[in-house]
Amino acid sequence: MQSNAALEYDYSLAKKFTFLTILFGFLGMLVGTIIAAQMAFPELNYLLGEYGTFSRLRPIHTNTVVFGFTVSGIFATWFYLGQRVLKVSIAESKFLMVLGNIQFWLYFVGALAATVSLLLGYSTSKEYAQYEWPFDIVVVLIWVLWGVSIMGLIGIRREKALYISVWYYLACFLGVAMLYLFNNMEIPTYFVSGGLGDPLHSVSMYAGTNDALVQWWYGHNAVAFGFTVPIVGMIYYFLPKESGQAIYSYKLSLLSFWGLMFVYLWAGSHHLLWSTVPDWMQTMGSAFSVVLILPSWGSAINMLLTMKGEWNQLTDNPLIKFMVLASTFYMLSTIEGPIQAVKSVNAIAHFTDWIPGHVHDGVLGWVVFMIMAAIFHMVPRMFKREIYSKKLMEAQFWLQTTAVVLYFTSMWIAGITQGMMWRAVDEYGNLMYSFIDTVTVLHPYYAIRALSGVLYLTGFIMFAYNIIKTMTSGRELTEEPQFRTPMA
Amino acid sequence: MGISEIQGYASFVMTIFLVIMLYGYIMYLYRSEKRGERDYEKYGNIALDDEITSTPVEDKAASQRHKEENK
Repeated sequence: MQSNAALEYDYSLAKKFTFLTILFGFLGMLVGTIIAAQMAFPELNYLLGEYGTFSRLRPIHTNTVVFGFTVSGIFATWFYLGQRVLKVSIAESKFLMVLGNIQFWLYFVGALAATVSLLLGYSTSKEYAQYEWPFDIVVVLIWVLWGVSIMGLIGIRREKALYISVWYYLACFLGVAMLYLFNNMEIPTYFVSGGLGDPLHSVSMYAGTNDALVQWWYGHNAVAFGFTVPIVGMIYYFLPKESGQAIYSYKLSLLSFWGLMFVYLWAGSHHLLWSTVPDWMQTMGSAFSVVLILPSWGSAINMLLTMKGEWNQLTDNPLIKFMVLASTFYMLSTIEGPIQAVKSVNAIAHFTDWIPGHVHDGVLGWVVFMIMAAIFHMVPRMFKREIYSKKLMEAQFWLQTTAVVLYFTSMWIAGITQGMMWRAVDEYGNLMYSFIDTVTVLHPYYAIRALSGVLYLTGFIMFAYNIIKTMTSGRELTEEPQFRTPMA
Repeated sequence: MGISEIQGYASFVMTIFLVIMLYGYIMYLYRSEKRGERDYEKYGNIALDDEITSTPVEDKAASQRHKEENK
């Protein structure tokens, strides 16, 4: 480690990943809005031949928002706050800078190539794990590079204590590494069959129930270690820093951390309730899902109590509003998930639109709001300019909040209606409705969801415009703001 | 006893073990603070005072020097 004379944090990597977050966010949400419209108006499936069908676009939507938008946001915030809480500039190590740049370019090119592969129809058919084996290898390489980068930065730090956010980023790194490797164990068929079929094609190493169990252990924990853990890490840094208030209880943050680590990994089998997995495993999935409320709410309450005595900031500072709404949606979705995991509720909720409703109040309300808030906080400091427009931020906030509410309420109603109709029987025990009856009833709710997609996407475009204008024509700042982000 | 039953019992035993560990950790945190051995709340300042020139809450270099002197 060198002398800290005239040292500055190096934001070049954080800036690059911020651009990608905005790019992939826009693409992922655009495709999401298109497929939501296709659900309401099926004729939209036939605009681009095979490339525009729901089945091709849906994996592009999920993978772009998960591995494109969210992971870029995780990298961008890590390369920003990682330096700050460890009190070391990444530029102090040329090795880490080179590594970070390799990670960026490999990630950018890899993500684009993987997206094109999905568009061309290459898919393992495992949800959220559709990338074929060569792209999995690229994902592993990127993740290893990031891991070396995290450990390297920790190795040269000045601050001995690891701030709680660093724990969460470490957990994200380790958790995703373990999950991704195990669920994507696959055999490239071309090479083991002596040259038959497509070289990109593979089959899973697991079969039947085992495959389903590993898949949903992965699927649920991808939400844990991609959508929960790093986002909690973000809010534990950005909310105190923006409000000027230290975390309400540091001890509670540590307890919630270990509670989350302990409980989350066991809850995945709730995706397989009422299916052919052992009954004790289903019960365990339900029980752990309910227990999961404790560490989740432990973190969320800690976030809200951080604002204790400073609630006036909620009306003065839209950035605080974004983060408080994010933690509120975190509370909502972490109570909704366990409710859906109760066996009797799941008997109605399983396979219905209530499930995407739950996912989206979590991701749109919690993940995207928090990542956007982080970018609003970072960009003025990285580019030394104040936020271009506070009014635009306010308008975006209300537009997107309305969109989230429209999304989850329409899907709640649609899902419960669907579940009830599928189960309804007449006095002779015959099913009262055919599948198409439910589709007809659900059409208005699908249309509302498509509308909410349009509103949310419009809000995201407003966000992107505000950020780009901040970078290029925001008023220049003479010194870095300590807490509250300045905005015009 | 089949494999699925063994797995069920193993899961139960592990759950109990981890619950004990977690509660042990909670007691450790509160007890060490009560005895004045640690102050966990000071770490909250790491996020607030995060300039590269700020004094670390716990200085790594100083702690290493201290360790070497005590060798």
